[in-house]
Amino acid sequence: MHELSIANAILDSVRAEGARRPGTRFLKVGVRVGELSGVAPDSLSFCFEALVHGSDLAPLALEIETRPRRQRCPECDQTFRVVDFDVTCPDCGETETRCIGGDELEMVYLEMEEP
Amino acid sequence: MSKLPLEKKVLSENDRIAGELRARFADHGILCLNLVSSPGAGKTTLLERTLEGFSHGERVAVLTGDIQTDNDARRLARFGFSVKQITTGGACHLDARMVERALADWRLEEIDLLLVENVGNLVCPASYDLGEAAKVVILSVAEGEDKPLKYPAMFFRAELLVLSKIDLLPYVPFNMTSARENARRVHPGIEMMEVSCTTGTGLETWRDWLETRRRAIRREPAKQVR
Repeated sequence: MHELSIANAILDSVRAEGARRPGTRFLKVGVRVGELSGVAPDSLSFCFEALVHGSDLAPLALEIETRPRRQRCPECDQTFRVVDFDVTCPDCGETETRCIGGDELEMVYLEMEEP
Repeated sequence: MSKLPLEKKVLSENDRIAGELRARFADHGILCLNLVSSPGAGKTTLLERTLEGFSHGERVAVLTGDIQTDNDARRLARFGFSVKQITTGGACHLDARMVERALADWRLEEIDLLLVENVGNLVCPASYDLGEAAKVVILSVAEGEDKPLKYPAMFFRAELLVLSKIDLLPYVPFNMTSARENARRVHPGIEMMEVSCTTGTGLETWRDWLETRRRAIRREPAKQVR
């Protein structure tokens, strides 16, 4: 249940943006969560809503974009989405492929109304 | 209404502190390892066996994290090395700031191996970089061999998997082959070893792994380790 700390870190970043832009109202924050990030999107939404409710940032909304694991094949340079942990290259059958995405935990954008 | 692009890591503050710690460890030639597992997999016992194998004067220190109690620090302190308990007071993981605070009154010049025992939890500690050179995940044969598939984030980030309590294999329905396959599915390059802290089987392999990593850190000029 570290999603509460994660939600808090997101709100800290939004407040830091707010300090740089006095009078701005933030409406929505976009966050990218990879399936290897160790963060459960539903749990993150729940914690985020609990923290925002009744706070200075209400009614800030959270939009989560989930990202699947992606690999690149060193042999044929194919990139592909991993399903059911199978990291074998679908084109050439190479098994030693490299992870190139899916561990993201990033803030992507802030929607806001400026004064 | 306007949209401000951010492209910033959510845990950028933690990552910033972890980066500073990593640079300090590199400057002092310290190998820092982050030991993670579910509760009861045997992190503290592996540390006990590890510390008892070191002769006095070895430059080894341990940070041990728990939600409550200093039981682990007391278990580990009897070997005569620097040990400090980090009590998180509820948090399910260590973060870089806790490690930074715990190290504040230690002289890093006197350490070249720092073993950090994380809070027992296969989920949350995966997200927090502590500035370590590597995460070591411990999985006991008393748990299920599907743990790597259930907790992929942790096994994906760990460089080494220590399969522990192998003396129990005759008594538990643990399939070692499928445990290894599952770990490799999540993380094809993960190193693996089997250990029993009760019989001592595999402890030499573990100590050799530690020594190899320590030597590699000492050989590399500090700047390159970053």
